[in-house]
Amino acid sequence: MNTIQLIRRAALVALVAGSVAGASAQMLINGAGATFPYPIYSKWFDSYAKIDPSVRFNYQSIGSGGGQKQILAQTVDFGASDGPMSDENLDKASGKILHIPTVAGAVVVTYNISGSPKLKLDGATLVDIFRGKITKWNDAKIAALNEGVTLPNQNIIVVHRSDGSGTSYIFTSYLSAVSYEWQQEVGANTSVKWPSGLGGKGNEGVAGLVKQTPGAIGYVELIYAKQNKLAYADLKNADGKFVSASIESVTAALATARIPDDFRFKMVNAPGPVAYPISGATWLLIYQQQKDPAKGKKLVEFLKWALTDGEKLASEIGYAPLPEAIQQRVLNRVAEIKY
Amino acid sequence: MTMQPQSLYHRWRKIKSTLMSVTALLCALLVIAPLGLVLGYLIHAGAGAINWDFFTQLPKPVGEVGGGMANAIVGTLTLLGLACAIGVPVGVLGGVYLSEYGSEKSNWWIRFGADVLNGVPSIAWGIVAYALVVVRMKTFSAYAGGVALGFMMIPLIMRTTEEVLLLVPNGYREAALALGISRWKMICQIVMKTAFKGIVTGVLLAAARIAGETAPLLFTAFGNRFWTHDLSQPIAALPLQVFVYAISPYDDWHRQAWAGALVLILMVLFINLIVRFITRGRFAGAGR
Amino acid sequence: MAEINSMTVAAEMKPPSRVGDHVFKWITGLMAFSVLVLIVVVGWELYKGSNLAVHKFGFKFVTSSNWDPVEENFGAWPFIFGTLVSSLIALVIAVPLSVATAVFLTELAPPKLRQPIVSIIEMLAAVPSVIYGLWGIFVLIPWLREHCFPVLQKWLGFLPLFQGPIYGVSMLAAGIIIAIMIVPIITSVSREILRSVPDLQREAAYGLGATRWEVTRIAVLSYAKRGLCGAVILGLGRALGETMAVTMVIGNRPEVAASLFAPGYTLASVIANEFAEATTDMYLSALFEIALVLFAVTIVTNILAQLLISAMGGPRASRAIQ
Repeated sequence: MNTIQLIRRAALVALVAGSVAGASAQMLINGAGATFPYPIYSKWFDSYAKIDPSVRFNYQSIGSGGGQKQILAQTVDFGASDGPMSDENLDKASGKILHIPTVAGAVVVTYNISGSPKLKLDGATLVDIFRGKITKWNDAKIAALNEGVTLPNQNIIVVHRSDGSGTSYIFTSYLSAVSYEWQQEVGANTSVKWPSGLGGKGNEGVAGLVKQTPGAIGYVELIYAKQNKLAYADLKNADGKFVSASIESVTAALATARIPDDFRFKMVNAPGPVAYPISGATWLLIYQQQKDPAKGKKLVEFLKWALTDGEKLASEIGYAPLPEAIQQRVLNRVAEIKY
Repeated sequence: MTMQPQSLYHRWRKIKSTLMSVTALLCALLVIAPLGLVLGYLIHAGAGAINWDFFTQLPKPVGEVGGGMANAIVGTLTLLGLACAIGVPVGVLGGVYLSEYGSEKSNWWIRFGADVLNGVPSIAWGIVAYALVVVRMKTFSAYAGGVALGFMMIPLIMRTTEEVLLLVPNGYREAALALGISRWKMICQIVMKTAFKGIVTGVLLAAARIAGETAPLLFTAFGNRFWTHDLSQPIAALPLQVFVYAISPYDDWHRQAWAGALVLILMVLFINLIVRFITRGRFAGAGR
Repeated sequence: MAEINSMTVAAEMKPPSRVGDHVFKWITGLMAFSVLVLIVVVGWELYKGSNLAVHKFGFKFVTSSNWDPVEENFGAWPFIFGTLVSSLIALVIAVPLSVATAVFLTELAPPKLRQPIVSIIEMLAAVPSVIYGLWGIFVLIPWLREHCFPVLQKWLGFLPLFQGPIYGVSMLAAGIIIAIMIVPIITSVSREILRSVPDLQREAAYGLGATRWEVTRIAVLSYAKRGLCGAVILGLGRALGETMAVTMVIGNRPEVAASLFAPGYTLASVIANEFAEATTDMYLSALFEIALVLFAVTIVTNILAQLLISAMGGPRASRAIQ
């Protein structure tokens, strides 16, 4: 028996075994974590089921903290998070965990004043509003940024997220980046000790409160503001230009953000004339050394698809795709996954 | 002359009785009104998304029309079944002990324990089931979800069973024992049968109460966008799907969330009706 | 329980088969005591999880009002306050309404109407909490803010309870939404209890010439008193542990305010809010300790409720009527 015959036979056996296994039990790869990318991930997994029917990806949005916890406990095959993992948590892992950025999104400042004029705001004013220092809509600081807009003599009611969320993390990171006082007094986290205001649960909760409370100001993800037709402010970016939140201005921020080699980055207040200042990325968390070779192989195949063809699906449902330069860097990282 | 004050008093009693009846009626209306409003809102927001696909299809991603929650409906029924497998025997038999055997002191402790457990927030049950099942099995599973929900059912069923058994007149017990039947047979065949409807109501209430729970399932049953036949795999559940869709930004998904909630309560109604139908007529006399 | 003892005597007079009895008693006893085992399991899991925070903050955890996840300083007092107040409001609203509804359903309503109403009420126990929450922010809160609260403030504004700015989201709104959520369970259980009151009781009272209300009060309600207390405690349990819907309408401000119009925060909502996104060990541990505190609050309120019930006459009183 020569080697070619042997290989042929082995391949045949493998094929038969593979098809039997495929028919009896489909491979299920479980992932868990951030809520923000749930729509795009579920779209990816549904589309990918048509490309490779032998594997099913099941993703559940249990929160970024949950995603980090579960990947550390190895109860899932991959995790997902809206914020990078801390060194402290990475040290707890049984192996090296890679951060794979997938898409980015913007956080917008939304408000409820009659007539819904388009407002312009800058970092310092926003900090003062959320610290409770500016309490009226017709305050001189707001008026100075918005010449020609008639601002009501109305109390400002601050609405923030009450649940821990990547959205709050991005928003407070921005406020910390533009204001030393904010950084000292409050800081940046998924939940912080808010100096003032009401807490709404989830984007829905904040959107609902802002919509129904005259004089309210809050922050939500761009998709929510668009879907709920909420007014949102143009913000002054690091270059001093007023920029409206959009998929393009977020991608622009991604392109100019300083991204280290381990992909654990913040992209708030990124430089560049068209970069939107309050935006953030979301990551998949994956062990570099996969325990199950079959699952590892499928996972890598999927990631390669997601970061190329999958990225094209992002903008149609409101996410900013990775700029090409970063895409290539991330793909190189994916190639380092061993199984 | 002596009759006069008495008839006045009598009239006052009558007026008072009518007044209290009217008050009870008003209270009932006041209770039913918000419940009716919630139900009406659900129907208004969700009925439009309920169609054949909703019961037969898997969920679709954003931007694609159609899709349903078939797997979540089956998943919820599976989880309820698993929960009942734990909650019903423990709860009902525990209730029997409370009403038939326990001394005053031990009963105090058990009752107290059940009441405390009843107040444990549902997310804590999720954490406990996560520690007991998920961490051990190294994977999320339908079993873990069933355990979390089953634990939640125990105190509810135990307390309602006890209450309805206690209300079975003691004459029944004494009569049965006097006829020479052994005590456990007396309990099973006379007491429990008499209170059967009440026990069933208790179980149904407990099932209804846990059917809509999201928090204990998040870290146990986990959810699944696809079909599963393997109970040691993550499984879909309606409340989970409703929760995820309700907090999403898309109108399509919102409609589906409301529809999911509507289906969930219709499911409870349906189970309720079936059980009522089965138990109708039988055992009706004494239990009343 | 005198009658149980007399039954034991009756059983001992003519023992048919003791083996079956013993086995059955043991099995039921085992099941009943499993709740105590479960308490230990829950308590242990929560204690294990909260170890770090318990050691770092000690008793200050329950008295401090500072909750700062960035600095990792944690104090739970506003949450404890909010939990107690919102549950109390809920009970004050829900209990009379539920018991009256149960009376209406068992004693007054035309028989044809009873079952459909009961079915609807039971169904509503299954509505997911998040749905009540969304209904709360989009329907209930606007109505409360525009119509209900201003009227309350106008008539009762002299009380500190009804002063201050009206946001809509508030302690009172949370109490109301919890009340709506616990009404089904209290009503259904109460009704089951009232229904089980033997007709003989009613007939005897009627026979003595009592009016309908007197029959209800003397023969039905006092007979079922203990059972009704049980129903209320079931409702209290749910009120204390309710998370998702409360979180959406309470305003989530960790602050102790006298006004019911002011936003508040509860133990269960802070867990629901922050558990999923907490990543550092100390933060998670503090949230576990919140759960532990809630557990303790539940235990304490239950002890109080039990004491209240025994002060009212307890089990003996209701059984003695027989």
